[in-house]
Amino acid sequence: MNPRTRAIVLAMGLVFLAAVPPVAALANQPFYLDLVRRIMIFAIAALSLNLILGYGGMVSFGHAAYLGVGAYAVGVLAHYGIHNGFLQWALAIAASALVALVIGAISIRTSGVYFIMITLAFTQMLYYLGISIEEYGGDDGMRLAVKSQFAGLVDLNDANAFYYLVLAILVLALFVGHRLVNSRFGLVLRAAKSNEARTRSLGFSPYPYRLAAFVIAGAVCGLAGALLVNHTAYLTPEFMNWTRSGELMFMVILGGMASIAGPVLGAFALLLVEDALSGWTVHWQLVLGPLLVLSVLFLKRGLAGLLFGKNE
Amino acid sequence: MNKTLLEVSRLTKSFGALLACDDVSLEIREGETHAIIGPNGAGKTTLISQLAGDLRPDRGRVRFAGEDITALSAPARARRGFARSFQITSIYSDFTALENVMLAVQAHSGHSFRFWRPARGEATLRSPARAVLEDVGLGERSGVLAANLAHGEQRALEIATALATRPRLLLLDEPVAGMGAEETRRMIALLSSLKGEKTLILVEHDMDAVFSLADRISVLVYGRIIATGTPREVRANAEVRRAYLGEEVAA
Repeated sequence: MNPRTRAIVLAMGLVFLAAVPPVAALANQPFYLDLVRRIMIFAIAALSLNLILGYGGMVSFGHAAYLGVGAYAVGVLAHYGIHNGFLQWALAIAASALVALVIGAISIRTSGVYFIMITLAFTQMLYYLGISIEEYGGDDGMRLAVKSQFAGLVDLNDANAFYYLVLAILVLALFVGHRLVNSRFGLVLRAAKSNEARTRSLGFSPYPYRLAAFVIAGAVCGLAGALLVNHTAYLTPEFMNWTRSGELMFMVILGGMASIAGPVLGAFALLLVEDALSGWTVHWQLVLGPLLVLSVLFLKRGLAGLLFGKNE
Repeated sequence: MNKTLLEVSRLTKSFGALLACDDVSLEIREGETHAIIGPNGAGKTTLISQLAGDLRPDRGRVRFAGEDITALSAPARARRGFARSFQITSIYSDFTALENVMLAVQAHSGHSFRFWRPARGEATLRSPARAVLEDVGLGERSGVLAANLAHGEQRALEIATALATRPRLLLLDEPVAGMGAEETRRMIALLSSLKGEKTLILVEHDMDAVFSLADRISVLVYGRIIATGTPREVRANAEVRRAYLGEEVAA
């Protein structure tokens, strides 16, 4: 697919997303607004995971940690009566970047199955930390009574305004991601994934590039966490459950790892199918499982490969 | 005589009970083409990996241009002017030929913690990369995905990425391995065009390549250097003939 057709497809996707609130209002189905907003938040998280998984070759099985850290940053500040959204979201980004720096600094020294296990272990530690802090609700979690306040700029209680804010952040994340993976930095990151020995012999130490990508991905996912807790209006350690990390990985793989837009497609496909199946039968996971297996077997380049062709 | 560029002294490396590199000392002079030959299992790749910094020696020192680099990693050596080709072709198969070489140029022009500007559009990376591709005869193939190049072209591409880092020292691990006669001839021509201009260390099985390129040859047997000298001297060395070359060269 040439760049022009691709731009048209992307523009159509954007128009479709922008049209959801008025169409949902016309059809009197506010549920769909809620559903698509949730999907877009997970799309941002999956997009950030793709930077390290798809472009960096780092199979992080603990990316939900940053959703959790971002969510807790907002929830905990709100718990102490600080509702300023700029402050909350800045803390969400900074805290998840810092956590990613610590986890990354240790785990990137390992590779393969050790990397997978270490990232999982760190996330489990954070998960159990969340469960054990009674002050913030323990494993029950706690309500976010007041959503992030943005000095009258955006009102997150207005479902439409919140929706368009999430859409704007998604588009921004796509654009930044596109610039990033095609920059000098992005090329070194991809080169280190493609052939580490060659990259080292050219004079690049992969470690600092991988660590920087890990921190960027954590920060963006932390922002998704801040969005998520405002979306659910509820803070729970379940955001950091390891199955959540698995879902994010699946969105990336299903959508297509070699593409910036892939994880967005993956998030939509996975969560829409999940939604449709769960409305149809309580045993929906029995149907979803085989569908996922088939998609991995037959869509080597993911949905993005199907849509954009080989050269995306 | 030119001054010494790389000085290897008493390098030793063992893997368990196997002594793969046994007290190896070598002096590589600036501008020379120095071949390292030896039968299979002689420890040639172990030696070149230690020179490149991919493998830490148990004992011994490596000095490059007067500096002790024994403890330096491969990337740190690359930044000081080392470049290498691998025994098994090592390129970015999912990048185009041009992108492969552009990355090599990028490694040695400015830093790479730049997050915004598209690197593929940078003229300062593109034009030197194109020039190097022309030099190795891949000018017409710059847009081809490296995976889709012929074997000989991939080997030439690997040399091109090494050259694009503007190295002072090239480590070539069997550059004509697995090549047909015509491809071999072309690779030898390419390497002879570098002779004198670059310092080359050439590990090679192919005796035609070695004797047509090398200024000096070191013979490695069971991890030990048993002789170093000009091709003529090495050919005449009785121990070398016994240990390695056999009747094929003596004839």
